[in-house]
Order: sequence, then C-alpha cells, then structure tokens
Amino acid sequence: MELLCPAGNIPAVKKAIEHGADAVYVGLKDDTNARHFAGLNFTDSKLQRASQYVHDHGKDLHVAINTFAHPDGWRRWQYAIDSAAGNGADALILADMACLDYAASTYPDLDIHLSVQASATNAGAIRFYQQQYGVKRVVLPRVLSIHQVKQLARDTDVDLEVFAFGSLCIMAEGRCYLSSYLTGQSPNTVGACSPAAFVRWQDTEQGLESRLNGVLIDRYQADEKAGYPTLCKGRFCVDGNRYHALEEPTSLNTLSVLPELYRAGVKSVKIEGRQRSPAYVEQVARVWRQAIDRCVANPEAFDIAPDWAHSLDSLSEGVQTSLGAYHRKWQ
Amino acid sequence: MQFSLGPILYYWPKAEVEAFYQAAADSQADVIYLGETVCAKRRELKTKDWIGLARELAESGKQVVLSTMALIEAPSELTMLKRYCDNDDIRIEANDVSAVQFLSERRQPFVVGAAINCYNPQTLKQFVDLGMTRWVMPVELSRDWLVNMLNGCDALGIRDQFEVEVTGYGYLPLAYSARCFTARSENRAKDDCELCCLNYPNGRLTESQEGQAVFVLNGIQTQSGQCTNLINDLPSMQGLVDVVRLSPLSLDTLHWVDKFRVNQAGNNPQPLNHDCNGYWHHLAGMTQVLG
Repeated sequence: MELLCPAGNIPAVKKAIEHGADAVYVGLKDDTNARHFAGLNFTDSKLQRASQYVHDHGKDLHVAINTFAHPDGWRRWQYAIDSAAGNGADALILADMACLDYAASTYPDLDIHLSVQASATNAGAIRFYQQQYGVKRVVLPRVLSIHQVKQLARDTDVDLEVFAFGSLCIMAEGRCYLSSYLTGQSPNTVGACSPAAFVRWQDTEQGLESRLNGVLIDRYQADEKAGYPTLCKGRFCVDGNRYHALEEPTSLNTLSVLPELYRAGVKSVKIEGRQRSPAYVEQVARVWRQAIDRCVANPEAFDIAPDWAHSLDSLSEGVQTSLGAYHRKWQ
Repeated sequence: MQFSLGPILYYWPKAEVEAFYQAAADSQADVIYLGETVCAKRRELKTKDWIGLARELAESGKQVVLSTMALIEAPSELTMLKRYCDNDDIRIEANDVSAVQFLSERRQPFVVGAAINCYNPQTLKQFVDLGMTRWVMPVELSRDWLVNMLNGCDALGIRDQFEVEVTGYGYLPLAYSARCFTARSENRAKDDCELCCLNYPNGRLTESQEGQAVFVLNGIQTQSGQCTNLINDLPSMQGLVDVVRLSPLSLDTLHWVDKFRVNQAGNNPQPLNHDCNGYWHHLAGMTQVLG
C-alpha cells in the first residue's frame, strides 16, 4: 500500500520523502492543475529538480494535470503533459478526455492515473477509462462508502487510490460548480475553488463575516474558529433554521478504516493538501507512514496510537475530523 | 431552434408526473427528456413506467429521450442504468460516463448530458466517434466558450455531426454529493430519508444569513438559488444552439415554452424578476445581465 503525499513546492517534496512518502504528487504553475494558487506549484526547472530528488531516493513522482483544457488553450495542456513527461514524471494524473487521449497516444509507456476530477464512481465508468486510455489507476471521489469501495475493488482490475486525509470535499469532484456560480471561476476551468481574489473578511457588530464575491458565507462569534469561505462549508438558512446546510468545516481522516482499505486491496492512500505548508506535509507523512507500516504488518491488530490522532487533529480544519462518505451515517 | 423539456429534477408523486407529461404531449416542446436523474430511491415511477411513458410520448409525435442518473455509485444503480441502455428504440441521455460506456458498446447513438465533463472540441470528437448525436453544454459554460468549441469542431471536421443543446430555464444543477441535503435539512440520515423530497416539489430554498437566495437543496443535488432564464438571450444563440432546454418546475413551465418560442428573434422579451443568466455571459452564474 502506497503513501502518496502532496507537495506545492520543493521543500514540501523533500519533507514528504524524508518522512516516509512512497510517492509525491505535484502540479505545474498554471491553470492546468486543480490547485492553482499564487506562490504554489512547479515551473519546468523545479519539476526537473523535484523529479531528480524523488528518484534519487527511489520514490515516484506523479504530476497532476487535472483541470479541463479550454477550447482556445489546448497548447497549454498539451505543453503541461509534454513537460511532465519530459521532466521525469512516473505517472500523470489526468481528468480531461482530450488530455487522456493525447497522453495515451503520445507517451504509451507513461502510467496514466485517472484524476478524482474525472468523477469515476462506478465500475462502468472505470471500464470506459480503461478501454479508451489504458488508465492504470483510478483516484476515487470522496463520495463512496467503504462498502462501495470494497465492491469496486472486487469489480475492477484497475488499481484504486483513495483519499485518506485532508480537506473533505463533499461533492463528486469535477462536477461541482458552486464556486463558479458565485464567482465565475470553478475548479474545472481555472483550477480553484472559492478563489482568494473573491474572499473578503469583515469585522462587524454582528461578528466576523466571511464573504465570497459579496455573498455572506458565514458570520462568526468571538469564540468561534473561522473557516475558509468555501460555499459548501458555510452557514445558511433553510426555513429560518441557520446551520451548516451542506457540511461543517471538518477534515477527512480515515485512519480508523485503514485495515479495511488495505484488505480491500486499495493500492494507494492519498493525502490531500498541495496548498499546505512543508511542516504540514512532514507531520502527516510521518503519522501515515507509521500507520501504514503497522497496518501492513498486522491488519487484525491495528490500532491508532494516541499521538497520531492528536497530531492529525491539530492539523484539521475546524479541529475536527470525519470519516465522510466512507461511513453511511455521514451520508 | 427547437425547445426541449428537461427531465423533472424533483421528486413528484406519480399522478403529478403523469399529469405533467399528458400536458407536455400537447405542448409546443419539440423534445421531451424524462426519467430519474438525481436519486435511485425516488421510485414513484419504476424503470418500466418511465420506458412506457417514453413510448407513449413518442407515439404522440414528440422526440423522446430517456435521461439517466448523474451520480452512480452502487452496483444496483449500474444494473438499473444498463436496463435503460438495453432498450433499442428510445434514445438515451448519458449523464455519467458509465452510460457512454454501455451505449457505445451497443453502438447506440446517445446524447451527452450536461453532467458529463466536456470542455473542448477534442473531447467532443471522441464522443462523436463513440456515437454522440447531441451535446448538452455543461451549465457553467458561456456563449464565448461555445463559440470557441464550435470553431474547434469546424477545424476537426465534426461541426455537422451533432446538435448543441443549452440549458435555458430552471434551477441549475451545480453539484452532486453522497450526502442527501434534503434529508439533512430534516435532521435525517440518507438511509432514513423517508422519501422526504416528496415534500419539496421544487427543492428547498437555502438563503444566506442576510436573506439572499444562494442555492436550492434537491436531495443529493445542489442547485442554483436563482432560476436561470435565457429567454432574452435567444437571439445570441442563433447559428450556435440547436435546442434550448427548459427544466420543469410545474405545469407553468409549459407556458414558458410558448414564451421562449415567440421570443426566438427577440421580438417578445420578458421581464426577468430575480432570475439569473450570468453563465451565458461568461460571468458568475448568479449574475443577471439585462438585455
């Protein structure tokens, strides 16, 4: 079982590898990747350096090119694929059928992983991507229950990768336009959810307010921890009831189901957070390395060390974690 | 330009669904999409009921398309999808790639629905090669995007091999989740939802703490808080769009079909109230641009 860690820059790549990642995933410094934030991601030369470092340590580098190519910008996506292939990527993480087709035909020896943004949630969809583009691995959206993950693992011979820890995206990834409805920009088109340029914080008599393009997302009292104003984690009113209508600010943590994922044959557990600091990557990698090693050695006797839970909780959004859709009760 | 009725996105009692389609058969809609696209637990009409209804509507002279589910997770949902795709006489709208897989295996022509990610001409060409005859543009895309798409299709030599459909009226499907937000709004778990979507024939309006409509909860689907209405944008669709879709809200939607039809050239514009049309103008979807 592979531990796959995120990196938004070279220091994060190093921390991930030093603390136990089997592979690291990164994106290029433009809108071809779904974590397109200022100050993050890799130029060609940095990609080359990251690749060198990762390979010197006998590990793998995955490159995410997982937004959808614009009709007048195809060359940018094509270039991203060429750059990743030319700079030593071991796998490309792709979502767009145009990119999948180009990569499969141009670089037949390079592994293709289907990005979570492609939203393949069932055996029929997986078969499509296998047959059309020969994808070797599928990253599952965070909408499946543990039971459904197990069923899928039985129904398909493609490798499965699941999200193990990090921000909890509660919508089928790649099919969420909440952000563009409010701002005009979406993860699919510009690679960002709730882009920072549209976020505004304001201290008022009623509390601290967070707004996205003018729309009030939440209002916090002095004793409340404020979350980033993603639309799906705000407090809204339904028939006069004010609550987190979609989801509380919370993080995904699947440590407790790790043995089940392992026994189901899940190939890779993925840590979310290319936008997070190298210190975050270090802490999460360290905990998950230990957890995977203990799980693989003896899944029946697996238990969660108290310091792991403590360490991960302190990194979580809203300082609370959830099993998300893996657990039916959450749904 | 043709006008279509999209599938009913909400959970209506069987008698109301049947009454709607009885009226739709006599309406000015050219194309009628039908079927359950949101939640497999919504079973007022079973698969055979939908197929029966589709055949009746086809006999009344309408072009009929069966729409399939957008988020397919359980093997049982995949089996149901396969049953739809296995019929030989009714065209299918694929709202998930699994449906494209089934239909292309059977060499059946199909419609690619708005819930499938198709953002560039190269992807359209792949769908055309697999049997796509009509493309419903993802709801977040604009006229500019469409123009670029179709220019690219000209270059690829596929421009005349499929029709283009745009969502012109109704609450826009913006997201799909494992979680049922309608059940959550009633403090229920999804497994214990008691089919509460039946209580909300147009979903549940969700407002900001300042009373601004933000979105509509419709089971596992989250919709736009405002109704999209492109009636005054129809002239800008000439030469680009073959079919304009109206998403049913009630019997009243059939009157909107008439209003759309008489405003194709812009001679009978309508006041927009709180409706939005931002996406078409390459702006935030919630924006309203006055003509």
